[in-house]
Amino acid sequence: MSQYRVLPGPEHFLPPAAASMGIYLPNPGEAHINGVIVPEDKAYEEAAKQFLMAKVPTIFPGPLVLWAWNEKAAKKATAVRHLYNTLKECVQPGQKPMLIPMPDYRPKYPKINPEVEINPNHPNLTIWHNKIDCCMFIGVHCHQANLSLKIIRGGTSCYTIAMCAQAGHEDAMLSFRDASVEKIMKLADWVRKLKGTVQPRLTSAKSGASN
Amino acid sequence: MAETHSVIGTKNKKGQTYTDTWKMMNEAPRTPSFYTGSEVIKEAIRRASCDVMIAYPITPQSEAAALIGELFAEGYIGDYFRGESEFAVMSQCAGAAFGGARVFTTTAGPGTMRAMENFPMWAGARLPIQMIVTCRGINSPLSIQPDTLEIAYLLNTGMLVWHAETAQDFFDWILKGYMVSEEPDVHLPLALCCDGFFVTHTKDVVNLTPADMCLPPYDPYRSPVPCMDMECPPVRMMRDPFVMKSNYISYATHASWQQEIWAAVERSRKHSIKWLNGLIDAENTDAEIMIVASGTAVSQGREAIRLLEDEGVRCGLVKVKTLRPWPEEEIREATKNAKHIFVPEFNVTGWLAKEIKATIPNHHRVHAGPHVCGGMTMPPEIIVSEIKTALGMKTFSLAGRGS
Repeated sequence: MSQYRVLPGPEHFLPPAAASMGIYLPNPGEAHINGVIVPEDKAYEEAAKQFLMAKVPTIFPGPLVLWAWNEKAAKKATAVRHLYNTLKECVQPGQKPMLIPMPDYRPKYPKINPEVEINPNHPNLTIWHNKIDCCMFIGVHCHQANLSLKIIRGGTSCYTIAMCAQAGHEDAMLSFRDASVEKIMKLADWVRKLKGTVQPRLTSAKSGASN
Repeated sequence: MAETHSVIGTKNKKGQTYTDTWKMMNEAPRTPSFYTGSEVIKEAIRRASCDVMIAYPITPQSEAAALIGELFAEGYIGDYFRGESEFAVMSQCAGAAFGGARVFTTTAGPGTMRAMENFPMWAGARLPIQMIVTCRGINSPLSIQPDTLEIAYLLNTGMLVWHAETAQDFFDWILKGYMVSEEPDVHLPLALCCDGFFVTHTKDVVNLTPADMCLPPYDPYRSPVPCMDMECPPVRMMRDPFVMKSNYISYATHASWQQEIWAAVERSRKHSIKWLNGLIDAENTDAEIMIVASGTAVSQGREAIRLLEDEGVRCGLVKVKTLRPWPEEEIREATKNAKHIFVPEFNVTGWLAKEIKATIPNHHRVHAGPHVCGGMTMPPEIIVSEIKTALGMKTFSLAGRGS
């Protein structure tokens, strides 16, 4: 088993792809935390904890859930909105949950407005600008998600979560696989369950913006 | 993520049943058939639910390409045409794959070299195209004969590269190859190589799966990049691409993109192990002498081992099945007891020996050879001779003038 761990950055001038460091993707029913394979249930708790600890917990929905290209996508979008609303209800004063879309993958620098959207080619801009310290990708095509996750790990200290509909992402600090409406709702349930039990990092210097 | 509907158990327009690939390859009855390698390629593609095949004639793959044209005429393939050159063929394969098709093509030797620019593009665009490479000589003066030098050029394209030993490998790996390369965490092109003529033009008994079973169709909605999105990379190649910007972010993006291609090669390891039953086959790994080879050099190595056994010399064998992903740990483990490692190859540079030397500890153990090239055969006796010479045993001159 690899000794490498997928941790919040900033890691390196050009951090390695975690897969190249011997990190494997989880099998069905599993997830990974920092590159270590865990039962999926453990990952729900950890993801909810990270959301509730963060000063600016943020969800980045991608094109696969932003556009109602089939019935399942529309249902997932509703579930994502539910998770966001749950987060807003469960955080403490001073925490600022955000929902920032990744509507497409066109390179937009240097003109992107990082306040209203995120782009996989320069996701660090959105992290820095909004001082995001925990984020979750959902509905982003796997290749584009991996680009983003690695660039974020390279240049920021943001904690990254992937709610992936396929095989998961090694370059996230925590990754689910085979994402479904049920899994998104289950994560929302965990956020509600842990409400008030997690101390937020409001005064911590650990901020994406500082890097 | 996609709204997928299982088609397993339903029939295609030719009456073939879309079958769970694992069951088809591992549980369905097999029929022994006496075919050339080219005919075996045709039979595999008959069962592969291919949407598009694009062809261009170059020896020794021309026969396979023509035979697949017959499959098109019979209605087994969605579309089939001849490109203007190998470069055109590979570009057209990219277009078809960008559009969401399961794509197949074949090439060889100078054709592989002519089309080379496309292969890193395929990998970078995450296109799971399958390309058969029936290796032959590439350099002037012209040779159409077997020579595996072109594989060396494919190793750093970002494609998966497998090297078949036999026609049976070919049949099975064409079908299994799609299963590996189309996994969403992999989604890379596969160069499935063999030694031209030795495999393509000789007949062998090959156990075929039932002709009325076929692979499930490719599902482009599982692709890790959007299918045919003209506004976004990778389809959007030249208009305002980030590769043409001069700033840290654009460089970092492109670097991350490249890393992701090779991460996908790494991820193919798990799937390749499952479908190929390991990245290598190894025999007698406790022996002090090992032969490590790929392609038909494995067959010659196996025969050399038999000859050596007759003389009381015990020798092990490693058959390297996948060159990308490279079976680093497997080769290290299989050769850990070896004092001498021989790497017979059908090329002049010895690229496989170089890969092995870069992999194992104490690489002075590697004897890079014997080598033949330009179409020469490799009699097992020259492998035996190489081994005996290295061991200080008396040997004979295989091609001497006599005395």
